[in-house]
Amino acid sequence: MSYALFLGCMIPLRLPYMETAARKVLDLLGVELLDMPNASCCGDPISFQSLDRETWLAIAARNLCIAEEMGKDILTLCSGCYETLKTANVTLKRERPLREEVNRILSEVGREFKGTIEVKNLLEVLQEIGAEKVRSFVTRPLKGLRVATHYGCHLVRPSDVLNFDDPMRPVIFDRFIELTGAESVSYQKKMLCCGAGLRMVDTKKALRLVEMKLGYVEEAGADCMAVLCPYCMLQYDVMQRMVRHRDGGKYNIPVFYYPELLCLSMGVPPEELGLRFHRTSPESVLKKIGLNSPPSIS
Amino acid sequence: MRSEMVERESLVEVGNLDHRFPDRILRQPGGEALRACFQCGLCTASCPISLIDSRYSPRRVIKRILLGMRDQVLRDRFIWLCSACFLCQERCPQDVRPPEVMTVLKNMAVKEGILPQGIARMMEVFKRTGRLYPIDDFTAEEREELGLPHLEEEQEAVKRLLEE
Repeated sequence: MSYALFLGCMIPLRLPYMETAARKVLDLLGVELLDMPNASCCGDPISFQSLDRETWLAIAARNLCIAEEMGKDILTLCSGCYETLKTANVTLKRERPLREEVNRILSEVGREFKGTIEVKNLLEVLQEIGAEKVRSFVTRPLKGLRVATHYGCHLVRPSDVLNFDDPMRPVIFDRFIELTGAESVSYQKKMLCCGAGLRMVDTKKALRLVEMKLGYVEEAGADCMAVLCPYCMLQYDVMQRMVRHRDGGKYNIPVFYYPELLCLSMGVPPEELGLRFHRTSPESVLKKIGLNSPPSIS
Repeated sequence: MRSEMVERESLVEVGNLDHRFPDRILRQPGGEALRACFQCGLCTASCPISLIDSRYSPRRVIKRILLGMRDQVLRDRFIWLCSACFLCQERCPQDVRPPEVMTVLKNMAVKEGILPQGIARMMEVFKRTGRLYPIDDFTAEEREELGLPHLEEEQEAVKRLLEE
């Protein structure tokens, strides 16, 4: 099993420890990841589309062409990239006049969109491997750990394009959390957006959405949050630190990228994961699952 | 004073309406179902932006489009605060697709020179590097420490696409 790995921007350039965890767990599971030469930003689901929809489609389509030339389906590690690339892929496969227009733009850079590949998120790839097979790799179950899953908007919506899980009451991520031995706890406003999309326009409002979610997660008595997107990670891990500094330590909820929890459950030593780069210390969780925590940088 | 201002802001001045405005949006991809809106308000009830600041409302933006309040709509900060979480789109009983309507409005606003600074700055980095963040020494070191492969910038192709 092999995929063209689409990295995007936020993971490789701002939160590279997420890339480490994803590469490690997929390597353990026997998935080959092929780098995509000359890939750029996916096109960004919000800001570039705001400027001009056709240019946005062309930027996304150029990335799709690279994987088409490799003859591989794309695996995205970021839900923003997933939504952009899948929307472009589905739309251009469906709408011929638009495809012709985008191909006219792409001919300037010597590419042509043919519509021969699929775009997948991490959970879809894990589903392809098979949940039972993934479970068979769990050697150190995260027993007793109470996890609040945050799906993130662009993993499941818009559902008529993404067609992955229920858009309002999804379950797949929770099942994958429970396969590590941890418990997925329910909490209020589970579908509330992380607010990353408005952080370039209004940081205060973006922070307000973070606080609101953290409040519900704490109320539910979760030990930590788990996310699947670097923008959600940025909001809940890094921005949580801003809330904490402002309010004198109000919240201290560790946040994990799902592959990090998978790695821990599969016996990968925590020092191999770059957990020291988290801005909200994961120490309490490591203690709970019986591991020593690495020194923190925050 | 404040309530007076709010009232003036919500006044509809019939003389200033642009009756062709709704049709211009209807012709754009994403704006096709605009006229189906019957103002039920499920979009605003679902909206995280409305939740943290009740001055903002997708329902009102759509009503104003239909009334032809072109200038107020294109200057409304809400269109930039919409994070495209698509909760409203999933729930809308009339399939209006509000986030896509916001995209159409943003594309129009940009043509009139309205663009938040934060997004303009991101664009500049993208033009220069092909990504949203530059690959600086700090990042390169951190990647090496984490055992990750070296990354290249992709400028040429992206620049040409943007010029097209």
